Amino acid sequence: MAFTAPKETFSGKVYNVDIGLSDKIVNFGGANTLSFHSFEGEYTNKPAIAYEIQDIPPDDWPETVKSVYSSVGDDPVKWAKYCQDDLNASAIALRLSGTHPDNGDLSADQAAETVRKVFDNINVPLIILGSNHIEKDSEVLVKAAEVVKDKNCILGKAQETNFKTIAAAAMANNLKLIAMSELDINLSKQLNIMITQMGFDKEKLIIDPMCSALGYGIEYTYSVMERIRLAALTQNDVTMQQPMYGDVGMYVWKIKEVQAGEDAEPDWGSIKERSISWEALTATTLLMSGTELLVMRHPEAVKAVESFVDEMM
Amino acid sequence: MALTGVEIFKLLPKTNCKKCGFPTCLAFAMKLAQRQIELDKCPDVSEEAKQTLGAASAPPIRPITMGAGDKAVKLGEETVLFRHEKKFVNPCVLSVGIKDTESPESVSGKIEDIGKSEIDRVGQLLKIDAVAIINDSNDAAKLEGLAKTVVEKAPDVPVIVCTENPDAAKQVLPLFAGKRPVLYGATDSNIDAMAAVAKENNAILGVRGDGLEAVSALTEKAKGAGIEDIIIDTGAVKGKDILEHNTFIRRAAIKKGNKELGFPVINFVQREDPLQEVLIAGLGIAKYSSIVVLSSAEKWKNLNLFTLRQNIYTDPQVPMQVEQKVYELSAPKPESPLLITTNFSLTYFIVAGEIENSKVPTWLAIMDCEGLSVLTAWAAGKFTAGKIAEFIKESGVENKIATKELIIPGYVAILSGALEDKLEGWKITVGPREANALPAFLKSR
Repeated sequence: MAFTAPKETFSGKVYNVDIGLSDKIVNFGGANTLSFHSFEGEYTNKPAIAYEIQDIPPDDWPETVKSVYSSVGDDPVKWAKYCQDDLNASAIALRLSGTHPDNGDLSADQAAETVRKVFDNINVPLIILGSNHIEKDSEVLVKAAEVVKDKNCILGKAQETNFKTIAAAAMANNLKLIAMSELDINLSKQLNIMITQMGFDKEKLIIDPMCSALGYGIEYTYSVMERIRLAALTQNDVTMQQPMYGDVGMYVWKIKEVQAGEDAEPDWGSIKERSISWEALTATTLLMSGTELLVMRHPEAVKAVESFVDEMM
Repeated sequence: MALTGVEIFKLLPKTNCKKCGFPTCLAFAMKLAQRQIELDKCPDVSEEAKQTLGAASAPPIRPITMGAGDKAVKLGEETVLFRHEKKFVNPCVLSVGIKDTESPESVSGKIEDIGKSEIDRVGQLLKIDAVAIINDSNDAAKLEGLAKTVVEKAPDVPVIVCTENPDAAKQVLPLFAGKRPVLYGATDSNIDAMAAVAKENNAILGVRGDGLEAVSALTEKAKGAGIEDIIIDTGAVKGKDILEHNTFIRRAAIKKGNKELGFPVINFVQREDPLQEVLIAGLGIAKYSSIVVLSSAEKWKNLNLFTLRQNIYTDPQVPMQVEQKVYELSAPKPESPLLITTNFSLTYFIVAGEIENSKVPTWLAIMDCEGLSVLTAWAAGKFTAGKIAEFIKESGVENKIATKELIIPGYVAILSGALEDKLEGWKITVGPREANALPAFLKSR
């Protein structure tokens, strides 16, 4: 009896999102099938990976990843150019960590100035991220958005309690927007609905269902992402058809497994290989569940994920 | 395809004889439908019913146990494609391949690594489960030499014997008598001889065909030769092909009731680049491999893969819990702060992670709330002032700390008054609502 492959096709499709300008535009999303299922549908855009940099030196990053940027970490412009020119980054994610009230409390104007300088000195797409402080982000991201008006950047993240100002800023300045909710498909859907009801274009939105690191709840992110993607594809649900975002570097590079030395944890083996692998494996696992845009820190982890993606395409 | 309880009931004798241990045939039928009991508990079932029910009640992916004794591992039995639907059943077996062309040092190094691979993570013991001995030399004597080393140095570890040479298989398999090994390497050109060797030695047969159709034909032949326990390999090596083949196999078995492909899948993921090997093994863990064969068992690789396997195979309906006790983070001293939260594993991990990040030595009291998060546990009456007070008193932590001060999560600030009443002489302090505010909170004290 001849074997017929049980292919499945879907009525829904994920929106294609482009970021950046002219010949450096990066596209992600756009598939009408599950991750890497090019054997039964269209999965043509590779997932995009942005290198994470900060407005302040990466003093709180563990040694393995901090040392990579030791000669550039004191200046966000140098850091961004290093990622773009030396590491071949296809996009940069600038996190405005120094604006957090507990972490320097830099003003919105100072942040906007950093954004302007970084943007002016790179030609790859830019993602602008707040410090994840609800009140301060509304202030900082509004100013930051103004300096990149019409420059096709991503602004993030809008959350349930501050989305109005941030979404309005993204809309007024013609930017893409990351909407973050906390590990719940219904909260994610609800936030997308509230943002689009403000008049925000649903095709400029990116879903962040909240990232988790391997060993620290990745199974929750994984399953929420799978459910969001299945809703997009099988139910043709337009409020869930946005590409998904994984803030991998930030969640990975703070856990014990990337910081404990071999003397403290002899059963865990080489800290360098262990921690780089931790970031790469967290990223590829999330890619399998539906992520299309990753923000990562260690260049060796990024390279490994790129090779993995090449093998999957 | 699976039958419902009522459909099964129609095929039973309907005598309510109770010989099966249940009061009625209907009750027995319901248990059968849930796969909680075997049909042979009914002594009076007809042959016809046996056949119908046997075919229908068999799990879509055949359950197989490889190895024997304490280290035996189960494969197959999966029932879904996505883990949010239902728990993935038998965790992917991580095995390490050793070629018979490797140096004796390399062989003994790997065997030693496998033996020492066990790690405790969140109360579960995780390890490399099996060893694959690979007849790379195509020389039966070399494979036998390697097999003897494995028998001697790792006698309990389940073994996958990889050879396409039936004579080599015949020579080596008796070394694993009674240990339920896998004989992997049956192909279109040797299937009859390999099936005969597997049968003679009570081994599980691993078949490799080029693609799904070829594998279907091989499993049919193996079944024809009287082999029931089969594992399958479509020859996929590239990540893209592993995903495609494994997805089609899982779907065909579960959604289409395909019996030719309803077997556990083995994937060989060895790579030159160890990091790439981890990532492809991770693909296998997430996407339906029952066995992955790695090239080595370095500790850093193991920790990554064990953790992913544990995460993917947790039950999505049952919150992961950590043990109730007072955890000592960064070697706390008597004057270090004491915090309390619930035993939902995610809560524990996030809170403990933030505390460790802050580098502030801290006592962290984790209270058993059946794996619920702080607000849910409070709402469910499991994280109340009375219960917290009881736990703190019984924990004996007050003998370890200088000042009786307990820091509670900001979300349950409402409990502070009642707690001060129940924990006499204690100061109750309200901490931050979110874990990410803990470093600043602890550092500012």
